[in-house]
Amino acid sequence: MILDVILFYGAALVAIASGLFVISQRNPINSAFSLIITMCSLAVMFAMLGSGFIAVLQVVVYAGAIMVLFLFVIMLLNAKQEEGERMGGIGRAGIILGVILAIQSVMVVWKGSSILPANHRDTASVDVARGLFSDPRFLYPFEATSILILAAMVGAIVVARKEKGK
Amino acid sequence: METLLTPALKEIAIDAVIGVIKLAVIFNVLLLVFSLMTYIERRILGFMQFRRGPNRTGPWGILQPAADGIKLFFKEELMPEGANKFLFFAAPVVAIITAYVSLAVVPYGGPLVLPFYGPVSLFGRPINIQIADLDVGILFIFAITALGVYSIVFAGYASNNKYALIGGLRSSAQMFSYELALGMSWVSVIMAAGSFRLNDIVAAAERMNPWMWLLIQFPAFVIYMIAACAEVNRTPFDLPEGETELVAGFHVEYSSMKFALMQMAEYINMMTVCALASNMFLGGWLSPLPGVIPNSPLWFFAKMGLLLFVFIWLRATVPRFRYDQLMNFGWKRLIPAAAIWVVLFSGLTAVFGEKKTPPSTVAIIAPAAGQVSR
Repeated sequence: MILDVILFYGAALVAIASGLFVISQRNPINSAFSLIITMCSLAVMFAMLGSGFIAVLQVVVYAGAIMVLFLFVIMLLNAKQEEGERMGGIGRAGIILGVILAIQSVMVVWKGSSILPANHRDTASVDVARGLFSDPRFLYPFEATSILILAAMVGAIVVARKEKGK
Repeated sequence: METLLTPALKEIAIDAVIGVIKLAVIFNVLLLVFSLMTYIERRILGFMQFRRGPNRTGPWGILQPAADGIKLFFKEELMPEGANKFLFFAAPVVAIITAYVSLAVVPYGGPLVLPFYGPVSLFGRPINIQIADLDVGILFIFAITALGVYSIVFAGYASNNKYALIGGLRSSAQMFSYELALGMSWVSVIMAAGSFRLNDIVAAAERMNPWMWLLIQFPAFVIYMIAACAEVNRTPFDLPEGETELVAGFHVEYSSMKFALMQMAEYINMMTVCALASNMFLGGWLSPLPGVIPNSPLWFFAKMGLLLFVFIWLRATVPRFRYDQLMNFGWKRLIPAAAIWVVLFSGLTAVFGEKKTPPSTVAIIAPAAGQVSR
C-alpha cells in the first residue's frame, strides 16, 4: 500500500527530526515541545500498525500527562538555557551506541518490506479488554501492576509532604 | 487511466474524495456556527443583563462577527520583546488544530437522509455525517484535549510576561485537575454502551430509550457538565483570564489574528464538549419521542444548542471562583463524586446484569451520592 509507506516515512521523518531537536535545542522548553511531537508521531505509527487503542494511550499518557509534568518542572524551577559544555566520556559512548542502533534500525527497515504479517488484522479496544481481563495469565500481572503504581503514588505523596511544624 | 486504477486504489481514492468533501462541509459549517456563536452569546448576555448587546452592524447586529473579523485582520501583530518566537507562534496553531481535530470523530447524525429524497449515497456508499468513525472515539477526544493544554502553557510561557505566565500555569493546573473528573464521568457511559465508539453509545441509548438513558446517566451528566465547563475555561471557572488579577491571563500579549485563533479555539472547544455531551448523554440525533418524530441530525444540533445556551446562561449568572475554591471543589468534591459514581454504577451493573440496571435503584442512589459529595 503506497499510502501506508508514505505515512510511515512521513511519521518516521518527523519523529527522528524532532528527536534530534530534543537534544540539540538549548532552551529546555523547546526540547520539551519537540519531545511532544516525537511522541505524537510514534502514536501515528501505532495507529498505522492497527492498534488505535495503544496509539491513543501513547498520546494521553506520554504526550499528555507526563510531558505536562515535565513542562511544569521546567517552568516552575525556571530552568535556564543550557551552557555549552564539553562532551564527557559518557557522551562519546552514547554517540557510538546511538550510531550502532541507527544502523540496526535502518537494516530492519531495509530488509523487512512489510513488517506486519499478511493475516494481520486491526486490534479493536474490545480485543485489548478481552485479552487483559479474561485471560488469567494477564489479569494477575495487570492488577498487581496497578496496586504497585498506587503504592508508588502514595509513597511519592508521603515523601513530598512537609512535616507539620517545620 | 482505467488500467492504472486497481480496485484497491479506487477504494482509497473514493474514500479520500468523500473524506475531503465531508471535511470541507463540516469545517465550514463549524466556522459559521462559531461566528454566529460569538454574536448570539453577546446578544443573550445583553438580554440577561438588561443591556442591548451588539445591534448596530446590519439588521439586529447580525453582521457583528464579520465586522470583528475584519477588525482583527487589520490590527497590528505585536511580538513582545524577549518572547520565545517559535512557541509564541506555535501556541495558537496548537490551539486551533487540537480544537478542530477532536471534532472529527463526533457523529453529527446517523446516515444522511434528505427529506423528499431518501438516503444519500456517493459512489454507491451511504454517507454518515461524521468524518472519522474511530473504534477509540471518546479516548481520541480525550487525548486531543490533553494536547490542547499545551497551547495555553506555551502561550503563557512564550509571552515573556508575568501575568501571562501565571495565567498559563493556573490554567494548565485547572485543566488537569478537571480532566480527571471529566474522564471518570465517561466511565459509566462507556460501561453501559460497552464501547468507546460514539456511534455505539448513541445506538445503546436508542435500544434503551434516550430518556431512560439520560435518567440512569444523570449523575455522570452533571459531573461531566461541571468538569467540561472548567475544561473549556468558561465563566465560573475562567480563572486563567481573571481580568481583575491577571489582566487577561495567558493571551495578554496576543493581538490580531493570533488572538482571534485563540478565541476561536475556545469556542470550538466549547462546541466539542457540548457535541460530546449531546451524543453521550442526550442520545445525539435520536428524536426525544421515539417512533413519533423521526430521528434527524437536527435533533443533535438542537441538543448541542441547548447545552451551549446553558453555558452562556452560566456565564451571565455565576460569579468567578476563587483559585483555592476551584482546586478544593475539583479535588475534594468533584473527583470523589465521580469515583463514587463509577463504583456504584459498576456494582449495580455487576449485580443486576448488563441488560437491566434498574433505574429505580439508580434514582435512589443518585441523591445519596450527591449527599456524600457535599
